Amino acid sequence: MLALPASADEARRSGYDFMSRATRAMQDEDAANTGMLWVKDGEALWNGKAGGANRACADCHGDAVASMKGVATRYPAFDARMRRPVSLEQRINLCRTEKQKATPLAHEGPDLLALSAYIGMQSRGMPIAIVMDENTKPFLEAGRETFNRRQGQLNLSCAQCHEDNWGRKLAGNPITQAHPTGYPLYRLEWQGVGSLQRRLRNCLVGTRTQAYAYGAPEFVDLELFLMWRANGMTLETPAVRP
Amino acid sequence: MQLLMVFALVCTVGSAYGAGDTMPASLTGTRGDPAHGRAIVVNRQLGLCILCHGGPFPEERFQGDLAPDLKGVGARLSEGQLRQRIVDSGKISIMPAYFRTEGLIRVAPAFQGKTILSAQQIEDVVAYLATLRD
Repeated sequence: MLALPASADEARRSGYDFMSRATRAMQDEDAANTGMLWVKDGEALWNGKAGGANRACADCHGDAVASMKGVATRYPAFDARMRRPVSLEQRINLCRTEKQKATPLAHEGPDLLALSAYIGMQSRGMPIAIVMDENTKPFLEAGRETFNRRQGQLNLSCAQCHEDNWGRKLAGNPITQAHPTGYPLYRLEWQGVGSLQRRLRNCLVGTRTQAYAYGAPEFVDLELFLMWRANGMTLETPAVRP
Repeated sequence: MQLLMVFALVCTVGSAYGAGDTMPASLTGTRGDPAHGRAIVVNRQLGLCILCHGGPFPEERFQGDLAPDLKGVGARLSEGQLRQRIVDSGKISIMPAYFRTEGLIRVAPAFQGKTILSAQQIEDVVAYLATLRD
């Protein structure tokens, strides 16, 4: 496993640290956290039978509180058959098509968001723990390259804002360090729950860059790099952000 | 006076810009309109300036601070220097080049082959920024 330098480790801050007291309070209190509605939906989906196999997630995996504990801290994770890392959303859909004989859920659709929020919730409070082995490393490096590449009409890289200028203000809002500690999460600006890839699309649109499709390898590699970069930080799913 | 000359020397000789330090000639051959320029500067979809820069725009609540404040920029920089930085600031900063379409990667389809601002719009912005002398 590759270690992050200690200095970077000490300086790392979650998006939570940049939020107003009111928004923090919304995340801290489950009854006020709107993301919990998606978690509840996810629980129902987990226990509902689906597909030609007429099987629920729970029929194989049992109680998610036990079986899914820690799972979301390890995604994206290398999949031997796909020969590349897959996101948690892609893992859910692999299970659906192969085990449940059901149609894959649409990226960013309510069901996939609900299921990933429910599974993510089972790791809330645990440290992010991406496993970096030889199989995964080339994809990590591809993600790192994307992070550092200047792109779009505004010719900006992720790093130029989120590493070189974090803490400063862009249009009045503090720039975070881009640690994806709470996805899927409820964003006030969206008035809904969204995935990390949706958030990445926001930045790409802002810099006038041609966005990647949901689930595209470039997106998963970038997600892998960002999650690995946040290794050891606490997972907050379902987080709340402005 | 001596101080000013030293400053000018540092600006021209000690320039770290990939491109030249100054671009004295108007892109359109005429002077821009400062009133239009101000409207472009505070427009978040057009000029984009105040996303990163603060400035003397009391009516604008959400300004950036990751780039120098535009207050007094007309006293700090000549019109030629302002024009150069907007057209292409080179390596001096992360500021996008407003009049360049080459050397960019994955530009969104709606913006491909287009500059961020037109020559006229850049001249308007230069004319406005030059008035910010206090």
